[in-house]
Amino acid sequence: MNSFVLFFHKLGSPPYFYRFAGKWLPWLYAIALVAAAIGFYGALFTAPADYQQGDSFRIMYVHVPCAWMGLFAYLFMAANGFIALVWRIKLSETLAMASAPIGAAFTFITLVTGSLWGKPTWGTWWTWDARLTSELVLLFLYFGVIGLYHAIEDRRQAARAAAFLALIGIVNLPIVHYSVIWWNTLHQGQTVNLIGPSKIAPSMLWPLLTLAFATHVYFFASVFARTRVALLELESGKDWVRALLPATQASHD
Amino acid sequence: MKPGTTSAACAAVLRRDLMLVWRRRGDALNPLLFAIIVVACFPFALGPEAAVLERIAAGTIFVAVLLAMLLTLDALFRSDLEDGSLEQLVVSPHPLALLLGCKIFIHWLTTALPLIIVAPLLAQLLQLPAPVLPVLIIALALATPLLSLIGAVCVALTVGMRRSGMLLTLLVLPLIVPALIFGAGACNAAQNGFAYAAPLLWLAAWLVLSIIIAPLAAAAALKISLS
Amino acid sequence: MHDSADEPRALLQAQSLCFARNDEAIFGPLDFSLHGGETVLIEGDNGSGKTTLLKVLSGLLEPTSGKVLLHGAPLTLAKLSHQVALLGHLPGLKLELSALENLRFATGLGGIRPGITPHLVLASVGLEGFEDTPLRTLSAGQRKRVALARLLLVPAALWLLDEPYANLDRGGIDLVNRLLDNHAHRGGAALITSHGAYAFTSGTPRRIALHVPPPAQRGEVPEERRGAEA
Repeated sequence: MNSFVLFFHKLGSPPYFYRFAGKWLPWLYAIALVAAAIGFYGALFTAPADYQQGDSFRIMYVHVPCAWMGLFAYLFMAANGFIALVWRIKLSETLAMASAPIGAAFTFITLVTGSLWGKPTWGTWWTWDARLTSELVLLFLYFGVIGLYHAIEDRRQAARAAAFLALIGIVNLPIVHYSVIWWNTLHQGQTVNLIGPSKIAPSMLWPLLTLAFATHVYFFASVFARTRVALLELESGKDWVRALLPATQASHD
Repeated sequence: MKPGTTSAACAAVLRRDLMLVWRRRGDALNPLLFAIIVVACFPFALGPEAAVLERIAAGTIFVAVLLAMLLTLDALFRSDLEDGSLEQLVVSPHPLALLLGCKIFIHWLTTALPLIIVAPLLAQLLQLPAPVLPVLIIALALATPLLSLIGAVCVALTVGMRRSGMLLTLLVLPLIVPALIFGAGACNAAQNGFAYAAPLLWLAAWLVLSIIIAPLAAAAALKISLS
Repeated sequence: MHDSADEPRALLQAQSLCFARNDEAIFGPLDFSLHGGETVLIEGDNGSGKTTLLKVLSGLLEPTSGKVLLHGAPLTLAKLSHQVALLGHLPGLKLELSALENLRFATGLGGIRPGITPHLVLASVGLEGFEDTPLRTLSAGQRKRVALARLLLVPAALWLLDEPYANLDRGGIDLVNRLLDNHAHRGGAALITSHGAYAFTSGTPRRIALHVPPPAQRGEVPEERRGAEA
């Protein structure tokens, strides 16, 4: 085994991951915060107003990174779900289930910002635009996964069932996407998109990329934090969790 | 057919499930009544003008049929789980996916087929133009098996729960959106004089894919639920 | 009782078989083998994992570690090939159908022993005349007898019976013992669970004792957090 494979092998063990994530968490939060601050400065102050949409286009800097993250989180969840089902790795189950609510939150923000942007642009809060509709179905898929996970008593069985559902969703997602596009063209929907095919000026682009980077880092920070808590709960009877206890108890006394 | 062979096992499952539906044939009428009542509600809500009803006819019938089937899905494996028959199916030496496929087929045959048969009646209630009716029937014939198949996978995931009805709806509906889009879309296209073959072919392709994958997925999901 | 030395290949063999749920050991490690003609009693209190053991042996659950061998080959559901008949807590019968219809379904699924008919086995469990009565109208004990009739019908050499004496009157208990004796004489083997061996009368069966694992073995979970397995 080379050192890279060995690293992943070790990462799969809950105590190791707990320490690893704990070490990285403050850094991830710090990096996400700094990148978000820089990105938002660029988005709100240095980027020029759009010649068509005015200042309202600036919501794109929240909308687009969140839309990317909604999809990324789903892929991350499904990939971990696959690993969990095939190799029965407990950490992957936990990671998959930790990323579901985060992905749902990002998707929800995407929908909210989309409709906030829609009001001044299209004159309506909601329009059945192909991308927004796909995002809505994605949000429902997230709700299904989260709902199933919380409906089953046994935590590990629940994680496996929910991971399985996430995988079915992955198979179905392209069909949903293309059917929605077809449906939208049939019904002559809106053609103005939040990010059009038009070229985007570099002064507008770099804040977007910075913010996308910030959301990715934040996603991992959040997943790590949630996974740490979930692992403590799952492994509450294990020695390594016991070993953590006296220290925290002492600080409380 | 020699007893103990896989084909005999499939025949046994088919015969037993049909017999069970026949013994409780009163229950089998419920989805039909449900769909008819739902469809009948729309003229009350929207007014009886033919021009209005005509426009929403195909979509409404599609939604009513899907909801009616969704209500019956919950029971697909429930009684088998409660009386231990499901264990016997899993322990039997035959491929579980095949046996589940037989059960799914009977579900379609006893809930979807009657709904398709009354579809002309529903279409008449909502003033669907006569030339669109064949398209509606074909679209339903392609979309309802999809719901039975995809629904079965979701039922297999929720089978251990005491009350899974609402959750099941939450799991199935996002997955079945394309069936609604393509099925009702084909009818609308036909109604507006556009070509309607493409969405039907999409449905057919998706159905073929599901017939192969869904029983296997249902078997895998059932193993997770029973563990 | 057969000596395991004169039969090289056991019908059923468990090798350091363990099952754990959420890192809490339910049973194991267990090592035993079962030969044709043997009836083995699994004893243990509630929560000792008897039902779980039968589910693992029948392939319903995958063992956490260790192996189950059937005629020396690893057990997979695909390879069961009519070797194993399981009678679980739940009878696996449809109350809407008659005894005969239930048995016909069982033969379709599991095959049929040569020279036997559903009518014959129903008579041998004392249900002559009840062939066409829907199970809904039969008593719990009579339904249990239908489930036992299914065992006689299918050609499985290995019976896994979970609490076969439950719900039965004295006559029923005698019937189970008679069936087990006959099955052993035909060269079949049976593994039965019971939380008290009071009912088992014929000879002195071999016993496998299961114990509720002490907390230390259950991933060191404190006593009050342990989920009891019925």
